[in-house]
Amino acid sequence: MPRLTTTAQLEERRAKILAARDPSKPCIAVCGGAACDGLDSAAVATAFAAEIAAQGVAAKVDFRVTGCHGYCNKGPNVLVGPGDICYFEVRPEDVAEVVASAAKGEVVDRLVYHDPASGEKAVHMHEVPFYKHQMRILTGDIPRIDPTRIDDYIAVGGYSALAKALSKMTSDQVLQEVKKANLRGRGGGGFPAGLKWETTKNAPEKTKYVIVNGHEGESAAFMDRAMLTGNPHRVLEGLIIGAYAIGAQQGYIYTRHDSPSMAKHITAALEQAKELGLLGKNILGSGFDFEVELHFDVGIFVSGESSALMRSIEGNAPEPRPKYIRTSVSGIWDKPSNLNNVETWANVPEIINRGADWFTSIGSEKSKGTKLVSLSGHVVNSGVVEVPMGTPLRTIVFDIGGGVPGGRAPKAIHFGGAMGGSIPISMIDAPLDFNGMSKLGAPIGAGGLLVMDEDTDMIEMARYLLDFLVKESCGKCVPCREGMYQMLKILTNIVEGRGRKFDLERLADLTEVTSLGSLCALGKTSSDPLKSMLRYFKPEFEARIAAGSAAGSEAK
Amino acid sequence: MSEQMIEGKDVIDGIIEKYRGKPGALIHALTEIQHENRWLPREVMQKVADALEVPFSQAMQIASFYKTFSLTPKGRHDVHVCTGMTCHLRGAASLMAKVEEITGLKPGETDTEAKFTLEAGSCLGSCSIAPELIVDGKHYGRMTPERAADVLKQYE
Repeated sequence: MPRLTTTAQLEERRAKILAARDPSKPCIAVCGGAACDGLDSAAVATAFAAEIAAQGVAAKVDFRVTGCHGYCNKGPNVLVGPGDICYFEVRPEDVAEVVASAAKGEVVDRLVYHDPASGEKAVHMHEVPFYKHQMRILTGDIPRIDPTRIDDYIAVGGYSALAKALSKMTSDQVLQEVKKANLRGRGGGGFPAGLKWETTKNAPEKTKYVIVNGHEGESAAFMDRAMLTGNPHRVLEGLIIGAYAIGAQQGYIYTRHDSPSMAKHITAALEQAKELGLLGKNILGSGFDFEVELHFDVGIFVSGESSALMRSIEGNAPEPRPKYIRTSVSGIWDKPSNLNNVETWANVPEIINRGADWFTSIGSEKSKGTKLVSLSGHVVNSGVVEVPMGTPLRTIVFDIGGGVPGGRAPKAIHFGGAMGGSIPISMIDAPLDFNGMSKLGAPIGAGGLLVMDEDTDMIEMARYLLDFLVKESCGKCVPCREGMYQMLKILTNIVEGRGRKFDLERLADLTEVTSLGSLCALGKTSSDPLKSMLRYFKPEFEARIAAGSAAGSEAK
Repeated sequence: MSEQMIEGKDVIDGIIEKYRGKPGALIHALTEIQHENRWLPREVMQKVADALEVPFSQAMQIASFYKTFSLTPKGRHDVHVCTGMTCHLRGAASLMAKVEEITGLKPGETDTEAKFTLEAGSCLGSCSIAPELIVDGKHYGRMTPERAADVLKQYE
């Protein structure tokens, strides 16, 4: 690939790619996302490649393996364009029929969505209930691109925002646009990204770093992986634009070691971007230099915490630092370091391309744009969902998720993994909003939404979450290391019917100390799920303790 | 531990050479060696520490802190039961109990024939097809205790 030295050359390349493509030519996209992969989509993809060759229709039908389409539990997913015909639960034996129909422009009726109640058909993506209530700004391109081919990304408009930023905007203008868009961090805190960028930009040191946090340690969260694996260039483009605004020379992508396809796709993206001159010296002839390195976590939850993550990049054990030292001013090797989550970076190109006013027209009053949600648990339709901020949870759980399977009633909604919280189903009309959900005690966190049915034992759930955190605490702060251990002991006793009077008071004491006396969010928020469960499901705890003490005295 | 017992010694030496004199690359070096050899023998740890010019104690701190690193030999096959939130809600505990029964192992253990190493882990991100059993990186979704034996039978 020849190096692009001006923005005009990028546009020429885009025009050439598009000219070589026929938009009316059918294209079969097989999902290779994490869940589809677990349902052996690889066998389906192999069958497609073989079948297209066997039927001799390679000139008539395109084929690609893509990242996550979204509707994970209906996998392996296959999407046929143009028109986005959705096929679900496709098996290798269905492949011959799909290829033949695609070549003829027909639809295989038996593989499209059928409403489980009415039997009504939905052929196209925008008609399928799971997709039709979504707004797929970040994820919409994923089924349209092969993530290992930069030209696929360029074909859907990729790197046009970078070209615009570098050629038509000063770094200050880019920063102002992101500030004006009020893009809030998607990793959990909801802190305005523009303000964070500004702090790093204004820090006196010349060497600055920007970081993509793709660790995604939150349990039941899988949307960042879907984003980064399915469209790595979009995240990278956001990062390069951010680096330009901030004045950083070096970027890091920090992610999981246990997703081989994600590592492969990011590595390929970095290589191709470098080859085209979108990374390296004098990017698109602008005089701006920027390099990116890929780093992996080595299997511990706390390494997703920002200061711990930075220690990890330096090659040290990931112990968090006190929060009064701001990483935006003193991060990696004590240089100013701006860290944002995968989804936050992925939002940047669109903000630059369409402007802050467009972005702020989507979402709720205090939370703008769309939000990726990983929908799972006791829910009929599970997968990666993208909705405007402010969407009522009811829409996500019922209209998109299809409610609870097996005719059971929902009991609670849990947000934010092991450091999140649970709210009762009676609050289902609450909107998806950073501030609103925090007030209810179930902060969005990174966006893992878990539906729990009527048979779920909330006390056991609280115990399970603490058990997870006890194993993940790095051990630096005593209140976190020991406090959580004591809470776990009490909760285990309650679950096993050995609860005692005043256990709830003891738990309340311990949650307070642990929250106050820990350096990082792991300890500070470790008892958040427990607090929310005590807030909304206290009678369950009291009844269990009462039953336990009664059983105990009978045994004597 | 004699040197013959370390598979791919040349590859490991190559990895160490690549990072010689770069203390910041400690995790990179250990990760690559872990992937190659699947555990970190003491001799190798010492070599890494010497070559990268970090104290042996620091190399050990990293290797014992992160869960990816193993300081003991592992079985030929990694058996992983996801115990993340969704898998937990959808029956990971009974799946784990069954896998423990089949393999005779508790999480973290390796059998005497070095066939399986059993691990519990969360969250591997395939929540939509929970609960999950993962063997050598291959995901088996919607796993039931009944089907677990059939899956494990395929591995020798």
